[in-house]
This record gives sequence, structure tokens and C-alpha cells, in this order.
Amino acid sequence: MSDVMARDKIRIGCGAGFADDRIPPGVEIVERGQLDYLVMECLAERTIARETLDRAKDPTKGYTPVLLERMQAIMPPALQRGIMIVTNMGAANPMGAARILRKHASDWGCPDYACAVVQGDEVTDIMRAHPELPLMEDGAPLESLLPRMASANAYLGADVVAQGLATGAHLVITGRVADPALFLGPMLHAFGWSYDDYPKLANGTLAGHLLECSGQLTGGCFADPGKKEVEDLAGLGYPLADVWSDGRVEVSKTPGSGGRLDIATCTEQLLYEMHDPSAYITPDCVLDASAVTFRQVAKDRVALSGARGKPRTPTYKVVVGYFDGYMGSGEMGFAGINALARAKLGIEVVKERLRRRGLAYDEMRVDLIGMNSLHGNDANLCPEPYEVRMRIAVRTQDRQAAEAVGAEVRSLHMQGPAGAGGGINFGARQILAVKSVLVPREWVKPEVVMECGA
Amino acid sequence: MSIRVYDLAHARAGDKGNTSNISVTAYDDAGWRVLQRELTAERVQAHFGHLTPGPVRRYELPQLRALNFVIENALGGGVTRSLAIDPHGKSLSALMLTITLPGHNESAA
Repeated sequence: MSDVMARDKIRIGCGAGFADDRIPPGVEIVERGQLDYLVMECLAERTIARETLDRAKDPTKGYTPVLLERMQAIMPPALQRGIMIVTNMGAANPMGAARILRKHASDWGCPDYACAVVQGDEVTDIMRAHPELPLMEDGAPLESLLPRMASANAYLGADVVAQGLATGAHLVITGRVADPALFLGPMLHAFGWSYDDYPKLANGTLAGHLLECSGQLTGGCFADPGKKEVEDLAGLGYPLADVWSDGRVEVSKTPGSGGRLDIATCTEQLLYEMHDPSAYITPDCVLDASAVTFRQVAKDRVALSGARGKPRTPTYKVVVGYFDGYMGSGEMGFAGINALARAKLGIEVVKERLRRRGLAYDEMRVDLIGMNSLHGNDANLCPEPYEVRMRIAVRTQDRQAAEAVGAEVRSLHMQGPAGAGGGINFGARQILAVKSVLVPREWVKPEVVMECGA
Repeated sequence: MSIRVYDLAHARAGDKGNTSNISVTAYDDAGWRVLQRELTAERVQAHFGHLTPGPVRRYELPQLRALNFVIENALGGGVTRSLAIDPHGKSLSALMLTITLPGHNESAA
């Protein structure tokens, strides 16, 4: 412990920014990044609800489905180099994730390692006990969602991640933890920063926010040919942060990888999913990023400054996942002369067939892909394309009614307008929606449990 | 003379619930002056009016030559329940860049 505390600088890399993120850049940053810590962020807002359902069907499941595939590639090279791994791939079952890893890890050449499991983010019982809590979205009481609740998880902070690392674990597996906190945790652990050292918490949180979406800092989501070029986008490398004990941060990326990391990419990622830049609320601090500046100190290396921090709030944010009926959809393509008119006729035919079957929907959306499906333009003002795809999507409480839509669209191949090709029936899927509430910190009990093998 | 936001700036869209936020970052100081003056919340609201009644809030980060627009009710009821083909509104950054502004002379200076 003391030798860790004495360190002046640590390097944290990002190995994944969403559940199905690409695995090769994660391996690459482990092998070539000279990391101390590797963070893999794999939980979107609602994915944990889906994983909670998996666990309800099979109590050994409920972790991120890609866990084994990703860890088989990442764990051996990481442990071999002494890189500590922090990941939220535990999702709805962090202990289950730790156990299944233990089962496989020796086959991967990793027989000896310590694994800390972060628990306590799941708060469904607290939700049931407090139906009066107001939803952040509309102020309505939580009560109406409770009968349909699928999951409820608090966004935990970096403190419990640091506690996990303090056990000496090589691997910390969590469920819901705020994304930047996965990165701030190693900093708290390595440097012993306290929760009233706001400038350091702010810098660390900013670094985590920049890194949490993997390649979005390093040239992903950026290239526009002829306007904004990204060198070797196919070989896009993932980002890392050098963090000093005094709170200084520089961000860079895997040496020799593709992509770019400069003030432009940093600025876009700074504001990604940020609302008021002066009040980015995390469980660890309220980050004021309104005066952040970036300085290019070398190729693909940027120094951060200007982050300010305010004390953390007295609450945790909880995301509640709930069932909200079914979505069904289908698409069909048309091309050549009068393609648009045939696509529009296809739409009307499907709508009428659904109506005559007595099927009604809470919401129906119609798109002409190639004209208005992304920006919602007035199709009457768009130039007529050579080819166009019609799409119909619905929401309903009735699964069969949802399934009927894709089937009716696909049948246009034979029972629709001339030249209908490339139809797809996307079937129906259950909608898991999310809403949020705030709960007092003292209601939530984060804890670290060691997973010790069978 | 008018100029497209596309010619002055780059943009990225993010989502939280039913709210889209879109950053707009100028390539240079001249472009920033035009954006700061002309790319108002009202103008963005008008351009996105067919998608959402708003409101639209604008935040300025002059040291980064960046504006951040927070556009409420823009994601068809929210990422998790929207029927849209792009429920996250990731492509809306490109819609922002199609806005046309007055002020060509200044940006070319």
C-alpha cells in the first residue's frame, strides 16, 4: 500500500466505452499503453434493466453478456503486466460475474488473482418502500411505475471503487457506478485524495468524463471526409490519461494507433451528454467545466486545465427501469421510376390492413428512409431519391399487435405495390423504459465483497 | 450573404432521456464571432421546431469557441421508448450544421 501511495503519477486507460464496444483496441491499449489501470465502461442507462431480467430467469446470469469474450482477451495480458482492471460489467449481478470469471480464468492462464466486487447499487427495495419519491422527469410520484418496475440502481461514486482497489484486488467488478467514477476511483486509491479537495476531484472527474466513451475522444464520431480528416480511422486507438498526484491531467492514446486526439476532439467529448457545463453532477463532486481549457502539448497529447469542483450533493441518482409495452417494426425498399409513390402506397396498405384486423396502437411512426427518417424533414420538400425505404414502427401493450406490423410490411413483397424488395420484419421487442429519482445518500449502502473462488 | 454553420463549426450530439444536447465548436475566431452572435437559442429552436416544442437553452464556452445547446423533448419521448430509427438523436449534430446564418463577410475576414 505504502509504495502505491508514494507514486507521483498513474496512467489509466479506457478499454471499452459501451457493452458491445470493439475488443481489439482494448487489447491494444493493454499491450502497448503502459497502463497502471484499465477501465471498461459497459453499462448504458437501460442495459442494467435487461440484465436484471436475465438474472430473474437464471440467478447465475445478469452480468454483461459479452463479459467472458471480452475478459478472455483482456485479462491475461493485463494481469501479466500488473495492470489493475476496473469494470462495471457486473451489471445486475457483479458477484455472478466474478464467479463465472473465476471458473474460466485458469483456462486463460490467470489462476491467481484477487477480485473485489462492489455491491449495493441495487435499490429496488428502497423504491418499493418509498412510492412517494418524485420522478425527476415530471415530478409525478414513483408509485405508478412500481407495478411495472424491472430494476432500480443507484449511481455509486468513486469512493467504493477505491475501497475495492484498496483490498489489493487485481480486478474490481461493479454494477452501476457513475461512468467518470470508474476512472476517479483509481486516482483516489493511488493518491489518497480526500472528498474536500475539490480541484483534484474536478480534474479527475473531467478526465473520467473524457475517457468514458473510448474512441469518441480519439477521433471516433468525428471524421467528415474533405472537412475533418481522421488518420487511420479503421485502426482507431483508445484513450488514456496520465494523472499526477497534484491533480494535473494529460490525455493521450495508444502509441502507434490510428485516430487523432486534439483540442477539437476533446472539446466535442467534453460537451458530450453535458447540459449546463457549470454543473455536471456526479456522485463525487459537481464538476464546473465552464472554464476548462485544452492545450496540445504533443501530437495526440492534450493537457487539461480549468476544471473546478463543488461538493457532492446529498443524494444519489437512481435510474428505475420499467416495462412500457412492446415495439414492433418493419421496412421495405423501393427503387427506380416512381419509387416514392410506391413506398407511400405500401405504407397506406399496411396501415389499412392493420386497421381492418382491428389492431390499434398507442403510437405509430412512419418513415421514408432516404428522406426523413433521421432529421424528420418534410418529405414534400426533399428531392425524390432514386431509392427509398418505407418503415413503420409502433408501440402497444399487446405483443401480438406489435408483431403484426413487421409481418404485414414484409408481406408487401407479394401483396403490395410493384417492385417491393429487401423487406425486413424486425419483429417485436419488449420496451424497457427508464426514469430517475434522487434518494438520500444514507439510504444506500455500497459495499465491497471479496470473491474468493470456489 | 449567408453561411452555413457547417462551414464555420463542427458538432456532436448526445442524449439524456428525452433531451438532446448538441455542441457546436468554431474552427477559428472569426467563425466563433459569427456563431456567438447569430446562432441563438431562438434560431436553433426554429430549425428544430418540427421535432420539438423546446425549450432550447444555450451555454457559451468562449475559451473553447464552443456553444452547447440543450434541446428538450427532442427524442421522441426518450431514448428507451422512442420509435425513431435514431432514438439517441446522434444524427442531429448534422441537422444543426445545416442551419444558415447571416454574416458571410465577417467570417471570411
